[in-house]
Amino acid sequence: MKVLIPSPLLSYTRTREVEAEGGTLSELLADLDRRYPGLRFRVVNEQDQMRPHMRFFVNGEQVFDLRRALRPTDAVHLVQALSGG
Amino acid sequence: MLLNAVPFLYIACRGGERFRPNHPHGGPHLMGVTRKPAARLKNPKAAPERAPRRGAQGRVLVLVATRKGAWLYHGDARRRTWRVDGPHFLGHIISHLVLDPRDGRTLLAAAKTGHLGPTVFRSTDFGRTWKEAARPPAFAKAPEGEKGRAVDHTFWLTPGHVSEPNAWYAGTSPQGLFRSEDGGVSWEPVSGLNDHPQYRAWMGGEQDGTPDGPKLHSVIVDPRDAAHLYMAMSSGGVHESTDAGRTWAPLVRGLEVVEGFDPADVGFHDPHCVRLCPSNPDRLYQQNHCGIYRLDRPSNEWTRIGRNMPRRVGDIGFPMVVHPRDADTAWVFPMDGTTVWPRTSPDGMPSVYVTRNGGKRWQRLDSGFPEGQAWWTVKRQAMCVDTLDPVGLYFGTTSGELWGSRDEGERWACLARNLPEIYAVEATELA
Repeated sequence: MKVLIPSPLLSYTRTREVEAEGGTLSELLADLDRRYPGLRFRVVNEQDQMRPHMRFFVNGEQVFDLRRALRPTDAVHLVQALSGG
Repeated sequence: MLLNAVPFLYIACRGGERFRPNHPHGGPHLMGVTRKPAARLKNPKAAPERAPRRGAQGRVLVLVATRKGAWLYHGDARRRTWRVDGPHFLGHIISHLVLDPRDGRTLLAAAKTGHLGPTVFRSTDFGRTWKEAARPPAFAKAPEGEKGRAVDHTFWLTPGHVSEPNAWYAGTSPQGLFRSEDGGVSWEPVSGLNDHPQYRAWMGGEQDGTPDGPKLHSVIVDPRDAAHLYMAMSSGGVHESTDAGRTWAPLVRGLEVVEGFDPADVGFHDPHCVRLCPSNPDRLYQQNHCGIYRLDRPSNEWTRIGRNMPRRVGDIGFPMVVHPRDADTAWVFPMDGTTVWPRTSPDGMPSVYVTRNGGKRWQRLDSGFPEGQAWWTVKRQAMCVDTLDPVGLYFGTTSGELWGSRDEGERWACLARNLPEIYAVEATELA
């Protein structure tokens, strides 16, 4: 499925839109990390919690649970809130 | 004044342009660019000039880690001219940037951004290219249903013992200790500390930290014994291990704590920076929230040598540095520790204080510093020495100024202004 990547992670993917696979968001992240090593740890911490500024949207719906099931036709957006100075 | 008496005459910046001589009295005399290579200045995407190849004799490299990236300052053997290489990782929060003294070319950078998680970058070519650690420092995954710790940032990097050429240690916030055995590519928790039964008692709860979170810092490897380690925690005291980190014992006797609290409780101790003297590894110095201390092993009792500082200046600060060849000589950067703990230069008059006799007497060194209205803060990793003779001293302020002295602090000059908030400064001599 297509995954939209936020600009702070372009150093990993080099492109805004990438292909990845997985039956859940967690599996999708694992696949992204296989394709772009290091990406996952900058999005999810070692306790499998999404970092505070990171959010997944699946078909426009904000998702907090990495166990959320995915279909191959889903559109996944990885979005980063920008804040601070 | 003789021309050659000015500590740092010129600073060269990217592209080779030179700055005017820095005014010896600092203050309002801003450095200016005398020759602007217009094309480069107009093209922010122009590739920065990279570091020279190894082999330059006696050159000093000053590594500056900031809240917005890292800069490398290359000095010549006389420390008169400096060339800046940077920024590296623009926009990243760089807590520490360290050169491996064992190979003289590997750089490790502890990095995160305001949004992305923490990681470590590694370069084996003086920063020309960087590669991210395959497994950055991270705590063990907690069992299902339990809340685990997550590294917010790697704060401190220490190369391992010379007999362990690929070993590194990292201290993190929240407080944890990690070790790499492959040159910084992958990191494992030091379970002897991170899972220590006294962890909570030493470090308190999650809300016990400073505004930026509690730090594990000052990781020290005894140059005589790879298994002999020291480390300190900003909430949790100084600790020692003699078995490569498997077991740890507090080392806080003689240290004072904030009035009204119990010094027997390790959790109340707030060391800011601990240094071991390379010329006498049995001597340690410490800058603490409650004073400046010295410890001569095998004693376990610290002595508050900061009592000998002028009362109006006090003995509070963050960094402490030691002479590479004289264990009686150490420097501190005092800050205002009164009332609400302003953590700025006392009275807005910056100074470095040096002791030449192990802390019995202290001498003020402020030649070149502004004489007033300079409210500097220097963080615990933001002051260092080089190993030349006479020793060079460097520090960076949270207001983005890099200062240096090439005569052990007698005279100071500003090496750079307008940098982001400086978190760490390390100096090393290139072979």
